[in-house]
Amino acid sequence: MDLNLSPDDVAFRDELRSFLAANLPGDMRERTLGGYGFEASDIRRWQQILHGHGWGAVHWPKEFGGLGATPLQQYLFELECALAGAPIQLAFGLRMLGPVLMRYGSPAHQQYFLPRILSGEHWWCQGYSEPGAGSDLASLKTQAVRDGDHYVVNGQKCWNTLGQFADWIFCLVRTDPAAKPQRGISMLLIDMKTPGITVRPTVLLDGTPEVNEIWLENVHVPVANRVGDENLGWTYAKFLLGHERANIAGIGSSKRELRRLKAIATDESRGGRALIDDAEFRRRLARVEIDLLALEYTNLRMLSAPPNSPSSAIAASILKIRGSEVRQALSELLVEAVGIGALRFGSRDPAGAPAGLPGADHAAGLTASYLNLRKLSIFGGSNEIQKNIISQALIGL
Amino acid sequence: MDFAFTSEQQLLADSARRYITEQYGFDRRKRIVASGAGHSQEVWRDFAELGFLGLNVPEDDGGLGGGPVETLLLATAIGEGLVVEPYLSSAVLATRAIARLGSPAQRAEWLPKLAAGERVAVVASDASYGLAGRGDGVRATVSAGGWELNGRVPVVYHAPLAHLLLVAARTDATAGEPNALFAVPAGTSGMTLTGYVTVDSQLAADVECRAVRVDNAVRLGGESAAELAAVVDFGLFALCAEALGALDRCLALTVEYTRTRHQFGGPIGRFQALQHRMVDMLTRIEQARSLVYLAAARVEDPDARVRSAALSAAKVLIADAARHVGQQAVQLHGGMGVSDEVAVSHYFKRLLAAEVRFGSADAHLARYARGLTAD
Repeated sequence: MDLNLSPDDVAFRDELRSFLAANLPGDMRERTLGGYGFEASDIRRWQQILHGHGWGAVHWPKEFGGLGATPLQQYLFELECALAGAPIQLAFGLRMLGPVLMRYGSPAHQQYFLPRILSGEHWWCQGYSEPGAGSDLASLKTQAVRDGDHYVVNGQKCWNTLGQFADWIFCLVRTDPAAKPQRGISMLLIDMKTPGITVRPTVLLDGTPEVNEIWLENVHVPVANRVGDENLGWTYAKFLLGHERANIAGIGSSKRELRRLKAIATDESRGGRALIDDAEFRRRLARVEIDLLALEYTNLRMLSAPPNSPSSAIAASILKIRGSEVRQALSELLVEAVGIGALRFGSRDPAGAPAGLPGADHAAGLTASYLNLRKLSIFGGSNEIQKNIISQALIGL
Repeated sequence: MDFAFTSEQQLLADSARRYITEQYGFDRRKRIVASGAGHSQEVWRDFAELGFLGLNVPEDDGGLGGGPVETLLLATAIGEGLVVEPYLSSAVLATRAIARLGSPAQRAEWLPKLAAGERVAVVASDASYGLAGRGDGVRATVSAGGWELNGRVPVVYHAPLAHLLLVAARTDATAGEPNALFAVPAGTSGMTLTGYVTVDSQLAADVECRAVRVDNAVRLGGESAAELAAVVDFGLFALCAEALGALDRCLALTVEYTRTRHQFGGPIGRFQALQHRMVDMLTRIEQARSLVYLAAARVEDPDARVRSAALSAAKVLIADAARHVGQQAVQLHGGMGVSDEVAVSHYFKRLLAAEVRFGSADAHLARYARGLTAD
């Protein structure tokens, strides 16, 4: 047992830090560290910058233009980027579809799509959930009927994240209504400009249109845009969901928010002294830091375990559950730290916010984050679904 | 970064687990406890022969020179078996104290006998991690040619079995953590032990010193507040590892019970309300395990702040898991859970003890909070 980083990993981290210090634009950094979220244009621009310096997809194999980084290096990448205040990288192309295409896509898919995901030219979104198919995703009803060398797709998708900016969508559709739910699903890659697609944003509780409803009416999709075999889409979807391991717990953003919480608690005063010196608040801060430390080392333990060991499904679900709980706990403490000032802002619009860190004036992002992050324990397989997955492995009944 | 154990370490873990599974079943433990002797001479001899008692003795002193990982593995097995032998008290805590603070003569006198299982030693310390202890601890004052010890240390595990008591004391009038250690043979005039069996079936005693006169030669080291704190933290670490073993078994027993207990026409483990509780138990155990591993990596860190932060963090989550997992395990066993006949109630009591010993979750959370840094 050696819990220190190897010299190689230290070198990797140091090189990354220098890159971030030299190339992360200050305005993006301000927006992220200030808690104002990000602009869609930041995401594209940042991916282009990363790609330009060879950091576009650290987790992809070298043959597809990635860096071939180890799981630990992928973890360090996410950690350092988050701490530096970098915008997110879009998971849909880089973490979800990309690995599926590498494994199951045709050579044409790989040659056309992968470089465009890497460069940031294509913004991908995900067409999974439907009004009647959430946790029970396999009951989805969007139908694709074969018509010559096309499928004709009809149906409705919802909770589609950032699809209003997307160029392409990967969609689960039903291609065999007679088969068992999991057996009749296929995965299609659909150009968002195809006639028949309507996108309507759903405004969330923090005021942002982060997700969309998408209607598909007689949308013609070339059969060549199907991933892998017809009716095996469920297999690919499961592969895709199981592929998000290195960053599922969101350690980097939690560490960044913890720093921010400490800065705000140092600046805020209660009863004539700094909030951070209030024994009660300080103990709660200590507790969440301990929970985060435990999560961090649980994540690291998992990364050093053989990837397909029997416990890896359990570990990924534990990381999802605890990762969401810790991030939510931090967002609660951030709101509490600014007291009644938290009520001034219900949205994260940076327009009307005063400059300067931190304090009640900076509650804009805090309250919106608290509201927005309720999603963490709901999306990507709700925490209750994660517990069902763990139960299956633990108890087997 | 690597969480794997070496093959030698794995062998040690396997041999400990095999011994406990084969030789230290629930019924044998029950007989040992019922004997009133507090432990079994036979088991203790086996432990010595298997090398368990010499693990924390440095190689220069004729021991195996094991580190934190070896203690982690062995103590976990001890916890899995609810072993009542004075392993933690004598083979970890007292052995480490003598190895760290003792003079060459003191080490030569005691360490080989401790490793061979011929002698048992305990540390009597009321180290309280900055929260006020129950008593005032022991005060050492200079007296003709030596020291006089006065005071009381409550609930010293395995003290009735000890040939040697390492009494931690303060040499000045200020309140605070002990700063000196005295090796006092059992039976020394003025030292009285009021013995009893603890809630988790181990022997313990309140140790009282009234004008106990000892000469300078029995003091281990000099001003040693920092070293003592480090030694006690190592004991805390071993306790956390023991608790981890008990937690693992507690969950395994509960899963097994709910798989085999049938009600309403099938195993009760098929009910989601019960399943999710067991998942919560597992989640807490895994979080605690990660911090016990981290504690293994930091318990010998030369920077006391790094060490104590890691140890306190581990204890907070171990105490939290001990209470939660223990209570849930009893609840999910239904009526069987409150029966003395069934192992789970004994794990519950061991976990209660682990929660309380070496500083409560509150004390450790407070210690961790005091050391918070901006980053």
